[in-house]
Amino acid sequence: MQQFMTTLLGGLTLGAVYASFALALCLIWRSTRVVNFAQAPMAMVTTYVGLEVIEATGSYWLGFAVALAAGFVLGALVERLLVRHVEGAGDLNIVILTLGLFVALHGLAALVFGSDYRSFPAPFGLKGLHVGGHNVAITPFGVFTIVAVGIVLVLLVLLFRSTDVGLRMRAAAFSPEVARLLGVRVGAMLTLGWALAAVVGSLAGLLIAGGNLVFPQYMDSVVVYGFVAAVLGGLDSPVGSVVGGLILGLVLSFVSGYVAGDLVPVTALIVLVGVLLVRPGGLFSHVAERRV
Amino acid sequence: MSTLAVRSAALWRVPLLRHVVLGLVGLTVMLFVLGSLSPFRDAQLATMAYLAIAAGGLTVLTGFSGQLSLGHGAFLAVGAYTTAVLLEDGDPPFPLVGVMVAAVVVTVAVGAVVGIAAARLHGPYVAGATLALAVAVPSLARYLDGLGQEQGLHVRVPDVPTWFDDTVWMITGADVDPTSYVAYLGWTALVVTYVLLANLMRSRVGRTWRALSNDDVAAEIAGVRLGRARVLAFVVSTAAAGLAGSLMAMAVRVTSPSGFSVDLSVTLLSAIVLGGLGTLSGALIGSALLTFLPQAVTSWGTSAGLSDVRAAELAPVAYGLIMIAVVLLAPAGIVGSLRRVWWRRRGIA
Amino acid sequence: MLAVHDLTTTYGAVTALDGVSLEAPAGQVTAVLGANGAGKTTLLRTVSGLVRAQRGAVSLEGTDITRLPAERMTGLGIAHVPEGRGVIAELTVAENLRLGGLHRRQGSEPERLERVYELFPVLGDRSNALAHVLSGGERQMLVIGRALMARPRVLLLDEPSLGLAPRVVAQIFALLRTLVERDGLTVLLVEQNATSALSIADRGVVLGLGRVVATEPAERLAADEKLRHAYLGF
Repeated sequence: MQQFMTTLLGGLTLGAVYASFALALCLIWRSTRVVNFAQAPMAMVTTYVGLEVIEATGSYWLGFAVALAAGFVLGALVERLLVRHVEGAGDLNIVILTLGLFVALHGLAALVFGSDYRSFPAPFGLKGLHVGGHNVAITPFGVFTIVAVGIVLVLLVLLFRSTDVGLRMRAAAFSPEVARLLGVRVGAMLTLGWALAAVVGSLAGLLIAGGNLVFPQYMDSVVVYGFVAAVLGGLDSPVGSVVGGLILGLVLSFVSGYVAGDLVPVTALIVLVGVLLVRPGGLFSHVAERRV
Repeated sequence: MSTLAVRSAALWRVPLLRHVVLGLVGLTVMLFVLGSLSPFRDAQLATMAYLAIAAGGLTVLTGFSGQLSLGHGAFLAVGAYTTAVLLEDGDPPFPLVGVMVAAVVVTVAVGAVVGIAAARLHGPYVAGATLALAVAVPSLARYLDGLGQEQGLHVRVPDVPTWFDDTVWMITGADVDPTSYVAYLGWTALVVTYVLLANLMRSRVGRTWRALSNDDVAAEIAGVRLGRARVLAFVVSTAAAGLAGSLMAMAVRVTSPSGFSVDLSVTLLSAIVLGGLGTLSGALIGSALLTFLPQAVTSWGTSAGLSDVRAAELAPVAYGLIMIAVVLLAPAGIVGSLRRVWWRRRGIA
Repeated sequence: MLAVHDLTTTYGAVTALDGVSLEAPAGQVTAVLGANGAGKTTLLRTVSGLVRAQRGAVSLEGTDITRLPAERMTGLGIAHVPEGRGVIAELTVAENLRLGGLHRRQGSEPERLERVYELFPVLGDRSNALAHVLSGGERQMLVIGRALMARPRVLLLDEPSLGLAPRVVAQIFALLRTLVERDGLTVLLVEQNATSALSIADRGVVLGLGRVVATEPAERLAADEKLRHAYLGF
């Protein structure tokens, strides 16, 4: 029972991280039809920026805020300087662009921040909680992870559903030309979309880093699982991304806890291919499948 | 013009003949070049050969039929592990060529299964599935007994056959050491693979693939059986990857999970982008860049005052930036852009 | 008044508009007629800045607006209503409408919504439905309603009758006429359906292969048999 609870709660925590990463991918996919493979290296860079600030000032929260702000700026820059110039150049070219960024950012981070392992502090304890004399199998930082992702999700839903900016962003994503005719500055909305996605990605980076070691490749597994989670959910659906992330986190946690850690990636592959063969558009696709 | 010249010009226009002639010329040049270089250079050329074979296969899949694979490293791993298992005790059950064929067969079997699944998916979903594959295969190797887990398997390349050593010595006057032997194998395999791929791309099948990448709805209306064409592209591409993996095992001499990270798959993709998507010459140029660029950039870095460790990071930065620059400035890649200039010139003349 | 002078637009080697000059006087409906490919839609797209003009000028009440980007038009009081497909299918009816009024705030939003629902009660009934589920006629009402949310001075309408049943066309055109009479709206109406368009238009401009072939009062145009046969097909 104890092991079951540990695995369950560990899976939820992990799932929350995948969910936030998948959500970042989903935001970009919805607005620009790009799968941003550079999402993880971008988050890695901003986490390093946060770490530098934490080490210089001793304040975790200042570093946290700076990392998120750096994500906003980096996301906006990538859209403005790179992605915008390959729009309409074919899907493959855009994917290659983000992969190029992936490779370059890895190298740059190693050049600037070094490729040694560095430990990243956590703002909350990493030991299991005690409630009423019982050990609960979740750490305060785990609780923080789940709560933080929950808050981001709620904020995003509020932004898109209840604000004018959110309405403009959705219009720009769904129908750029019509949006322009209605006065929406589509370019600015796309930049904003990338910036927000990078903030969410940076959050995922900070949550994985907390209490762990960071090095230029520390996010690489998240690239894969975050992407798998987003694809599971259907790429187009923010809710799907979150559900996909949680499902994947739980499944992988149970495989790792009860079967073998080395089988985790294979499980991810099987889950992904299994779901896609039954529903080629992901679990939450409501758009009719394109018949070819 | 003499009739001979006219006739040979006409023959030159037959793709099969042209490719075979180019291949034979390549083999001859290779024989002399590899015989005269240092073992270090031979090792580099062996690396280039397996990268180029894999990149050639990926060109068929991604550049030609438009299916993006982020997991080709996984297929190299299958080929490499097959080779490593067969060569583990240095006494393979069949000749070395047989080992390479076995690597190809096993990889194709895996590739066919993946291809059948991938043929049902579109765009980013194919990328996602192949990316997951790229991580899954090495971790499976870690898990399975008999594949050496984290340390991997040592690969013993059989001794250089005497007849081969003698023949090369007769022609070039140089002995064949084990390193050059792998380079010879690699380049022979490369030439054979490229001749086969070039003919395939020029054939009916090749035109079908090209139709796929342009517009699959139109292709289906025109009578192309999409699923079959897609799976076939996958099979051809993984055959090349299996061969490349087999050579990689022999060149690197150890086959371990860490050799087949996602980075390998991304690197292969960058090879076909750097040179120009959709052409074999582009894949060849890209592989050459990937082989020789790191050394040049790293030594430039150390001479500019960086520590060795940091200078080694310059190479990925350079690849990444070049990939971005190619997409932004010359979306057709090096070969494509040169070709465009060439046609423009001819158009004016 | 919206005035177009010597407007020329090319797509690569193809000249879609070739020195077009016309005027849409204030408070009137000006119909631009012509066959498929005559340059009607390109005219609207160039006027609203979606396509860059090669040569020529567009002015609104004497102010040059030729080089202004499309997203500035709403603010100036020009509403370009694309074909009925121009609803944003992924948004609800109410969201589509709200979007129309975001960039020219005249009067409170609920009040403007109320006015649109008065004109098109069916939109009010389905305000929370996704635009995706609307019929062709309802979509056309939605795009017109969305344009009205900005309280425009000039309405550029692209083929509002396209693919609609004659009864629905008549209903929408009658409503347009009402708006012009009541609010003094200026309308530039691009139509292939010349009969319907001329029935509510004050003036007609006939385009043929990117050039202005004729500019006449609507009733004269409807009576000119030669022109009708050559360019309008009735």
